Amino acid sequence: MAHPVQTHGEPGLRLAGLRGVAADFSSDQRAFKTASWGKAMMWIFLLSDTFVFGCFLIAYMTARMSTPVPWPNPSEVFALHIGGQDVPLILIAIMTFVLISSSGTMAMAVNFGYRRERRMTAVLMLLTALLGATFVGMQAFEWTKLITEGVRPWENPWGAAQFGSTFFMITGFHGTHVTIGVIFLLIIARKVWRGDFDVERRGFFTSRKGRYEAVEIMGLYWHFVDLVWVFIFAFFYLW
Amino acid sequence: MSETTAHAQGPTVQAQEHGQQHPIRLYLLVWGLLFVLSAFSYMVDYLGIQGYLRWTLILLFMMLKAGLIVAVFMHMAWERLALVYAILLPPLLVLVFVALMVSEADYTIFTRLAFFGAAP
Repeated sequence: MAHPVQTHGEPGLRLAGLRGVAADFSSDQRAFKTASWGKAMMWIFLLSDTFVFGCFLIAYMTARMSTPVPWPNPSEVFALHIGGQDVPLILIAIMTFVLISSSGTMAMAVNFGYRRERRMTAVLMLLTALLGATFVGMQAFEWTKLITEGVRPWENPWGAAQFGSTFFMITGFHGTHVTIGVIFLLIIARKVWRGDFDVERRGFFTSRKGRYEAVEIMGLYWHFVDLVWVFIFAFFYLW
Repeated sequence: MSETTAHAQGPTVQAQEHGQQHPIRLYLLVWGLLFVLSAFSYMVDYLGIQGYLRWTLILLFMMLKAGLIVAVFMHMAWERLALVYAILLPPLLVLVFVALMVSEADYTIFTRLAFFGAAP
């Protein structure tokens, strides 16, 4: 039954399972057969980014576990005073829903991109960018509120000083990723709107033919930003 | 799934162009599930659940959300196994780093308490 992996031209019947993994990695061409180089490179970049965020979260864990000073209660720190009472974590909850919605619109943009519905794709990407910008705006509001209350990278009014440094470091780095993502979204959305991927217009930097796969690669980055927030939400705001 | 046969039909470029076409319904379903799971993890805090139950629930909802995003939104469920392993296995090794730092943090707080007392 098992056919050998073909080395050129048409992809023949490829092995599945672990044998397929071994065959893909030991082949004389690229290892990630069904993923183009662009997609594979974005994945490898995201893997490296995973390690960076992983290191930040581990540093935060180490700081929090090793301090004898009480850690501020995030549930109270991030509460908002609405209608005469404090609602715990409400701002973070809204930010989470905004970011998840942006992931939803992005996934649909990728889908419409492969259907070659250019305007719908561009509109969904612009909506994603708008939700991303909303998220950054809310984060700016959150930072402003905490800075007004006296939180600094070296101190805060509620306890362990490390709270300030880890908070600004982790949410700041994530916010930077969202901001870069919004810019990236606007660039690709413009290309989609102009029809660059329909006429295979060559890229400014790369001189390579533009394809609708760029939307999916953009989507990988955007979903990753949402993915990181899932971990920050659990470890920073709920712990 | 039967990706092997699906990709065997056309040239590689075509397989890439049409390889990640899935019904909109699936994306909407995952979107809804992510909303529900986020609401659940928010409720854990709102209801003030503490202790091991809090940890279990938080990590469970976190992993389910992360899994849905990676598998469906990032199309990992439909990629070749070589890519899946190359991307998903290395982050697992970070858990070793976590274990090292837990041990290190325990030692740091032990020395802090032993030499400086509870007050900083």
